[in-house]
Formats: sequence, structure tokens, C-alpha cells
Amino acid sequence: MRAFEYVVAASSAAARTLAREVDGARFYAGGTTLVDLMKADVERPRRVIDISRLPLAAIEQRGDVVRIGALARNSDVAYDARIVLHFPAVSEALLSGASGQIRNAATIGGNLLQRTRCSYFRETRWRCNKREPGSGCDALDGFNRGHAVLGTSDSCIASYPGDLAVALCALSARVVVEGNDGERTIALDDLYVLPGEHPERETTLGPGELITAVELRAERLHERSHYLKIRDRASFEFALVSVACAVELDGKNIAQARLALGGVGTVPWRAREAEAALTGAPPGEAAFRRAAETALTGARTRAHNAYKVELAQRAIVRALRSVCGTGA
Amino acid sequence: MPTTERPAAPAQPAVQLTLRLNGREATFAVEPDVTLLDLLRERAGLTGSKKGCDRGQCGACTVLVNGRRTLSCLALALAHAGDAITTIEGLAAGSELHPVQAAFVEHDAFQCGFCTPGQILSAVGAIAEGHARTGDEIREAMSGNLCRCGAYPNIVAAIAAVQRAR
Ligand SMILES: Cc1cc2nc3c(=O)[nH]c(=O)nc-3n(C[C@H](O)[C@H](O)[C@H](O)COP(=O)(O)OP(=O)(O)OC[C@H]3O[C@@H](n4cnc5c(N)ncnc54)[C@H](O)[C@@H]3O)c2cc1C
Ligand code: SF4
Ligand code: FES
Ligand code: FES
Repeated sequence: MRAFEYVVAASSAAARTLAREVDGARFYAGGTTLVDLMKADVERPRRVIDISRLPLAAIEQRGDVVRIGALARNSDVAYDARIVLHFPAVSEALLSGASGQIRNAATIGGNLLQRTRCSYFRETRWRCNKREPGSGCDALDGFNRGHAVLGTSDSCIASYPGDLAVALCALSARVVVEGNDGERTIALDDLYVLPGEHPERETTLGPGELITAVELRAERLHERSHYLKIRDRASFEFALVSVACAVELDGKNIAQARLALGGVGTVPWRAREAEAALTGAPPGEAAFRRAAETALTGARTRAHNAYKVELAQRAIVRALRSVCGTGA
Repeated sequence: MPTTERPAAPAQPAVQLTLRLNGREATFAVEPDVTLLDLLRERAGLTGSKKGCDRGQCGACTVLVNGRRTLSCLALALAHAGDAITTIEGLAAGSELHPVQAAFVEHDAFQCGFCTPGQILSAVGAIAEGHARTGDEIREAMSGNLCRCGAYPNIVAAIAAVQRAR
């Protein structure tokens, strides 16, 4: 690790000021992404601002809105009775991530902002446009079995690694940001940006801006939700492919559907056209398969990740079967 | 490949850090880049917590922070001012082994022993969390602790035995 200055923020406003004062400051919440990448020399903050003890860890329900503080720990959110009841996909996504020890430290805000697991990004001897803008991308013609097939660019094909954000994306979560021009609430979709020519820019957060909470709406649609994660080993592994879905059935048909994918996109991937394909259809293999094909229509594959297209489609069908109750 | 250089931050002098280590208050002079694991091993002389990967991937460095299991290699020591840390050295009550320690001995749940302190503290944490009741739940709850010797079946048996006796 390179030398850095460590400061504890007394308030969220102080944290933002401390962050804007120096170029290359980073917040420390649970530290599980930041310290890992500092050891790899990928993150080189000059100042680390400890926000872990700010009073932003509560989970509160007001009316039908459940607000999860950005500093709530992943394990506390996963087992919270309101989350389990109203947003099962969120609880399942959190519990599928990392390990018990890491979930006890990891926070909701930090989880949303975790960095890609692209091994060329994580090791400084490779060329990586995300780590060093303009240097090139060794993943394009390298070992890209884990890389994205949706939302890629010629500059970067890194997949977004997290689980939570995929579930939140399907359930239309909103992110509360304490920004430099006051507070704003944005759709989770609008937090992340596609790599395009600037993969070093991953979110719409400005320098020193702080995520303070995530908001979810408790409604019937979200109660019937599910997160399915496919990976190389049964536990403690990132997703090759994951699916978050929610459906509301009216009598025989699907009244509303929500679908988002992980592991295949450069950002948490909401599959809106597939949702439209499901709406009004009777739940069953035909509709599920059609939605699955729709969701992967724009896929662009590389040498080692073409398998993800079929894998994602099968995972979508399986997740929809289980959430519609038409078999596992 | 060279990467973008930033001027290094001025090295920050050590600052005083007080925490509760295995029930006793302890104060150290600590620089910002010292992890909780390095503090325990190199400053406090508690080498029971192991450095397996130093990157969050093996669980050998697991300790309890305020009763909750966590990885000491991914935590900055300075972020734990005032916290109560329990390491393997502080788990037994005097000469009486903690029930999980006793079960690991009873069930032969280790070979080389390198992963064992982390396994035991992780098991203590997992039992307290309340989601490690069946064999499958135990395997899932313990998935953050790797064992190169493959003592897994006996580790699961040891934890199941502690659960049955509760
Ligand atoms: C071995 C291992 C396995 C893992 N497996 C998985 C997995 O399977 N699935 C998964 O989803 N994740 C996985 N993770 C990632 C883990 O979930 C994240 O590291 C964790 O959620 C990050 O949260 P944190 O609070 O520790 O973040 P930190 O490391 O503290 O912060 C991460 C980044 O976010 C910034 N930040 C933090 N909080 C805020 C805020 N409130 N506002 C603005 N910026 C902020 C920080 O400055 C930093 O840049 C794994 C991690 C490890 C080490
Ligand atoms: S895929 Fe993206 S993160 Fe990976 S090496 Fe290429 S530019 Fe870097
Ligand atoms: S040493 Fe901390 S997880 Fe391996
Ligand atoms: S007993 Fe040797 S690594 Fe587990």
C-alpha cells in the first residue's frame, strides 16, 4: 500500500468537504473493496475518509417506501424482516454475495460501488483503459471468459460484478445522493454509466458525492421476486450469470414483469424489452423462452464468453419458472 | 506497464489507537496503512490470526469485531478505534476451551492447523448469527473459510455437534 492520509469524517457534509479538498480521495465504508484494491496498487488514494461511523445505517419504512441507509451492513439488510418479506430478491442477492465475514463488514453503498473483477484491471502489469485511460485493453484478446456480452465497447468489456445492484435494478430502486448541489434521488439505472470510450467513469457521482440511502417501494410485484446466481462453485464466488426477476400474476396471465441480469452486462442490466414480452402472456415455457431470447438480442461475444448467452437464457427461464411457480 | 503516477501523500505519522483486545484495553501507535491483521500479528504479538491470502479470499484472518465475524486483512486498524476484538487467543475461558474449540479437537477438524483459528472464529460467529443449523446451512455459512488440507467434513461435523449440544 502507498502512503495515504487517514481522516474520520464527523458528518456527511464534512466527509464531502474532505473529499473535495484533495485530488484522489476515497471514502472508507466497510473497506472490503477499497483495501483490497489498495493492496493491488490499483487504488492509490492520497486521503482515505472513514465514513463508517456516520449515522446512515438505519433501515426504515415510511408508508410503502423502505429506505436502507448506505452504511447498513449487507448481512443486516439481508436478514431484515421487511426486506425478506417485501423484496425477497434483494435478500437472496445479498446472501449469495461474498462470505459471511465480508457481508458483516460490507455496506450497501460500498457494495453498489464495488469495482469489476476483470483480472487485467486488478493487476497493474496489464493494459487497462479503466485503470489507466487510453492505455488499451488486454481483455479484448485475452482470457475473457468472465467478461460482459451486453453494454460493451471497444474500450472495455468488463462485467459489473455485484449481486445487490442487479436485484435493486429489477425492483426499480432509487438511490439517494448527497451531492454538491444538494440532495437528489435518482433511479438505480441512472447511477451507472456504460463504458463507451471512457470506462474509467463508472457512475454519475461527482467528486466527493456521497450515497446516503437506497429506497425501494413495497408493492405486490416486488414480493414475488427472486434472484438466481450461476457460478463456478456453489458459494463464495462471483456470478457468471445472474437473474433478478419479479412478476405479478392476474388470474392466468402475467400482469407485470421485471427482469435484470448480472454477470453479462458492463452495468446492472435491466431487460425492459423482455419485460414487455412477458406482459399479458400466460406464464410458461414459450413466454419464458421468448423473453430470454429478447433479453440477449444485443449480445456481442468474444473468444471465451459466448457460452454466457445460452447460459443467461436458461437462467432467465429457470428464474421465471420458479418465481411464477411453474416448477424449478 | 506503468500506470498513472500520483504524487505520494505525505507519510502520516503513527497515531494513538485504543481498542479492546481479548477483553483488555490496549493502546498502540499505528500508521494509516496498518491493517487490523498486521496490528494483531506484528504489534500485539497475537499470531493466532493467520495471513493466508491477505486479500479477503481465504478466511484465515477471521476475528470477531464486537462479536461479529469479519476479515481482519481487509480492515484498516485505525477504523476500529474502541472496538472489541476477539482472536483465537482470547476465546477460551482460562484453561477451559470454548465449545467450538473442544469440538474441533473432538472431531479431528484440522490437519496442518493453518486455517483453524479462522475456521473456529468463523464458526463461533456463524452460530451466533443463527443461520448454521443444518449441514447445508453450515457449509454455506462457512464458505468463506478455505482449508487446503480438506478437513471440511470434520469441520462441519464439529459445528453440527456444537449446535446439537446447545
Ligand atoms: C473475496 C471477495 C468476494 C466477494 N464476492 C462478492 C460477490 O459474490 N458478490 C458481490 O456482490 N460482491 C462480492 N464481493 C464484493 C463485496 O461485496 C464488496 O467489496 C463490498 O460490498 C463493498 O462494500 P464496502 O462497504 O466494504 O465498500 P468500501 O470498500 O468501503 O468502498 C467501496 C468503494 O465505494 C466508495 N463508497 C463506499 N461507500 C460510499 C458511499 N456511501 N457514498 C459514496 N461512495 C462510497 C468507496 O470510496 C470505495 O471507492 C466480494 C469481495 C471479496 C473481497
Ligand atoms: S475489460 Fe475494461 S477493466 Fe478489463 S482490462 Fe479491458 S478496459 Fe480494463
Ligand atoms: S488472509 Fe484475510 S481472507 Fe485470507
Ligand atoms: S487444516 Fe490445513 S488448511 Fe485447514
